[in-house]
Amino acid sequence: MKKSDVRVCIVRAPGTNCDAETLDGVIAAGGTGEIVHFNRLHGGSRKLEDYDALIFPGGFSYGDEIRSGVIWARKFLGLLGDDLKKFVDAEKPVLGVCNGMQVIVESGLLPGLRGASEAPEACMASNASARYECRWIFLKKTGDCLFTEKYAQGEVVEMPVGHAEGKFTLEPGREQKILDELEANKQIVFRYCRADGALARGEYPLSPNASLDDVAGVSNPSGTVFALMPHPDRSCFGWQRRDWTRTGKVDGEGDGLRIFKGLVDYCAKKF
Amino acid sequence: MGLYEKASEEFDFWRVRVREASYAELDQISRERGLSLSAREMKLLQEYYKKIGRDATDVELEAIAQTWSEHCGHKTFKGSFALVERDERGREKKSKVDNLFKTYIARATRELALPWCYSVFEDNAGIVDFDGDNALAFKVETHNHPSALEPFGGAATGVGGVIRDVLGVWADPIANTDVLCFGPLDLPEQRVPSGVKHPRFLYNGVVAGIACYGNNMGIPTVNGAIFFHENYTGNPLVYCGTLGLLKKSAYKHEAAAGDALVLVGGRTGRDGIHGVTFASAGLHEKSEETSRTAVQIGDPIEEEKVKRGILQVRDAGLANAITDLGGGGLSSAVAETAERYSCGVRVDLSLVPQKYPLKTPWEIWVSESQERMLLAVPQRNVEAVKKIFEDELVLATVVGELTAERNLRLFYKNVAVADIDMNFLFTQPTTAKGAVLAKTKPNPLSFNEPASPQEYGVILKKILSSPNVCSKESVVRRYDHEVKGSTTIKPFQGASNEGPGDAAVIRPLRDSWKGAALSNGFNSLFASDAYKMAASAIDEAIRNNVCVGGRRWALLDNFSWGNPNDERQAGGLVAASRACYDYALAFRAPFISGKDSLHNECNGVAIPQTLLVSALGIVPDVRKAITMDAKKTGNYLYIVGETKLELGGSHYCAALDASEAGVIPGVDGARAATLYEAVLRAMDAGLVRSCHDCSEGGMAVAAAEMGFAGGLGVEIDLTQVPRAADVKRNDFVLFSESNSRLLIEVEPDKAKEFEASLKGITFGRIGVFTQNPDFVVKVFDGTEILRENVFELKRVWQKPLKR
Repeated sequence: MKKSDVRVCIVRAPGTNCDAETLDGVIAAGGTGEIVHFNRLHGGSRKLEDYDALIFPGGFSYGDEIRSGVIWARKFLGLLGDDLKKFVDAEKPVLGVCNGMQVIVESGLLPGLRGASEAPEACMASNASARYECRWIFLKKTGDCLFTEKYAQGEVVEMPVGHAEGKFTLEPGREQKILDELEANKQIVFRYCRADGALARGEYPLSPNASLDDVAGVSNPSGTVFALMPHPDRSCFGWQRRDWTRTGKVDGEGDGLRIFKGLVDYCAKKF
Repeated sequence: MGLYEKASEEFDFWRVRVREASYAELDQISRERGLSLSAREMKLLQEYYKKIGRDATDVELEAIAQTWSEHCGHKTFKGSFALVERDERGREKKSKVDNLFKTYIARATRELALPWCYSVFEDNAGIVDFDGDNALAFKVETHNHPSALEPFGGAATGVGGVIRDVLGVWADPIANTDVLCFGPLDLPEQRVPSGVKHPRFLYNGVVAGIACYGNNMGIPTVNGAIFFHENYTGNPLVYCGTLGLLKKSAYKHEAAAGDALVLVGGRTGRDGIHGVTFASAGLHEKSEETSRTAVQIGDPIEEEKVKRGILQVRDAGLANAITDLGGGGLSSAVAETAERYSCGVRVDLSLVPQKYPLKTPWEIWVSESQERMLLAVPQRNVEAVKKIFEDELVLATVVGELTAERNLRLFYKNVAVADIDMNFLFTQPTTAKGAVLAKTKPNPLSFNEPASPQEYGVILKKILSSPNVCSKESVVRRYDHEVKGSTTIKPFQGASNEGPGDAAVIRPLRDSWKGAALSNGFNSLFASDAYKMAASAIDEAIRNNVCVGGRRWALLDNFSWGNPNDERQAGGLVAASRACYDYALAFRAPFISGKDSLHNECNGVAIPQTLLVSALGIVPDVRKAITMDAKKTGNYLYIVGETKLELGGSHYCAALDASEAGVIPGVDGARAATLYEAVLRAMDAGLVRSCHDCSEGGMAVAAAEMGFAGGLGVEIDLTQVPRAADVKRNDFVLFSESNSRLLIEVEPDKAKEFEASLKGITFGRIGVFTQNPDFVVKVFDGTEILRENVFELKRVWQKPLKR
């Protein structure tokens, strides 16, 4: 299909608040998108299967009560679990940003080493600083998935983060084993790093949350489901960059846009 | 016979015998019921009930107390002052000032009559034109007393409240600001007054509350300030501001009799009872026990849903009018809506959705439960409106309607519980107060100049690490300032995003490069001269706006004052209001909205007289906006504006324990306005690489900040700084806090053009940025009076509030 025919569902729940800028990113990447209340999807006026891609944007779904992302993840699985499974099985892209990553991890779609899991296999824990952190960070591409084909391997990019629970953690005692497997599958797509590309090694504030092995974004083994804590939706354009008054790069792209371009191009080719 | 008579067997409803009550009994009623009404007001109320020939109900008394409260009625600002002005020699001049608001603040706006002022002083927020089709709404509120008792809830609902003010003019909230004042964080426990919470507790709670509400609602918090002073210990200040965007065509205020009143949002509970009357009196040792229920509980996700619903109702044009429920709850919202459209109103309180069964009708009427808005909806659109809110999982309930008859009529379980003549309700009593303005002679600057570069270094570091100058990054990063992806100029700037920006720039529309610049100004260390304090606040707010390229400023005034019955406090109000008039005219910067919070005192200790001025400017093209960080080695540093012998209230004097010494900085409005225009022209011509304002700590602090933000050193030749003839010492040049001065970085090959563009303006080329990361100050013969490593200065500046 043509890029402009790619229809992206940007789903929202009470407390989702990054849907508008996410839509901006999809449009700038050449696709079309629709912001859809979750209730419309399970209420029947919209069907998930009518879309080519699904994005869980950032925010505080259901107030992040109990644990960030968990309420929406459970509701989504309970009310639309089958639709979601079909969507993923059809290799339609699913992207989660920030709260969207928390939702996807809570839903068991990621890391998804043996397919979607019944219970979550990772956890987005509280930042080591025990605080919400809004800052720009450096990311290094250390894996690959359909969303990141437009970044060079090892490339360092910049995006802002804004979260209090972004520390990627795995089952205690089995961390290394799982990490090795993720690494082998190229699932650790982005890691926190220094400006020169050296990994952050948990050092604050390079890593805003002390995430396990500097993980900032992970995909499923096939690379069709991808989630990250940093915000590509807030770094699509030059004028959004943190330092454009220094570099003069006010026109043109921000580093986040290529994620949306990756998504739209994949759909255009595949469907 | 008692004063109160039970009027219902079924629920909690009382008749109050006001007609027969003596003076003492009227006072007793006001106190017992927490009405905060004066003897004169109670008397006025008694006369009304005598005239209509019956006694009052408890619901009516509460309704009247809300409407007549300082919080809602602003009776001090609209009242009169018998003013005595005393000069330095004790000679007196007497005059009378009526209505500070009309005489000074609104008068400037009216005289300026600027075509871009779209709606000023008449709505919940001031509205100015943005790009012809769209307008910007701006409002700043205070939430001081609630935050003193329960800092998290008080601050969170302060944010929630001002967001609703902006929703209340049909605007989409797009940015938040906040300015906070506390006692010193290191205040020894024994200096914390009885019944008061430690400043650190308040600071932590307030910051968390602001972060929680703004972040959860997805509104970026982009500008603010934090200030410490011992006299804020018992009564902290929490200013919350919101900027909103609306299409002018969607600004609808045309309700009429017959319209349904639809209450949307959260359920009503017993939280926030008497918030308004509580806010209109001083704090005291027992406030915690007596007034805890006056603080509301916030739920930002509820408000986010309400916002989504309201914007859909707006875009579909389904409602005729809107207002928020804030101070005074339903009472204020309903009565003010009816009054605005010259209607009466009929409301059934039993229809109001409740958190738990409420059996006391007056509580439902005045509860300040959060996240509620009131819409006036034509009957034919009621179902469509309800459907929109239902889809957002928000309650929307018809609770009454506007009537042609000019009465406020309330029912509860089919019993009439209030029936008040609207004309009486809005015959707001104003106050008559005494005011004294006494000029005092400034104390001499009796300390010596630092004797060596080491001594200069120690003092500079002391100022950089002082609580009011040091970095507030640990707080600011807890606020999401990037959500919505519109924040073009961010709070922290420079090579490693650590330099303190002067103002934020938002780009609200994706199809226009136009931006909105938000800044603020206030300095309560200048409070000993209220006129100059206010003038400085206005100049600083505008100055900060200019730094990023902002112009066409609209201003908000937020007075936080002590007890206005104290004639010196009242005198300060008059003086500050005069400054508002004078400088609004000088800068052609009208006030478009404002708020006063009086009675800010605790156990008799008043806060410093504090006027916060918030400025909203326009940046024609955000791609030309300027940041404060030094950009490149070899670029020149200029100072624009004259340095005067103005060290009163300066951080330099404070660092030398000489806070009482020196002259408070004034503002030459005409000169400043010309200067800012020239700087903006230079910016538009692309001649300015960075720009930073000289304020707390003077040019020394400003130059150091520019250097370390850019990771560069700076070498200054102090002889090149233009100064008044009486500025004869190097330390005075470095640390004077004279207003209307900017530091500007210019590339050498643009220097000539830049200097030409400043024709007629006082300026000096005072230095150069260097690769060597030292901050160096030289005097006439090349002698170095200061040399410090900028990274060390940055470390010192960041350390105090690092965590």
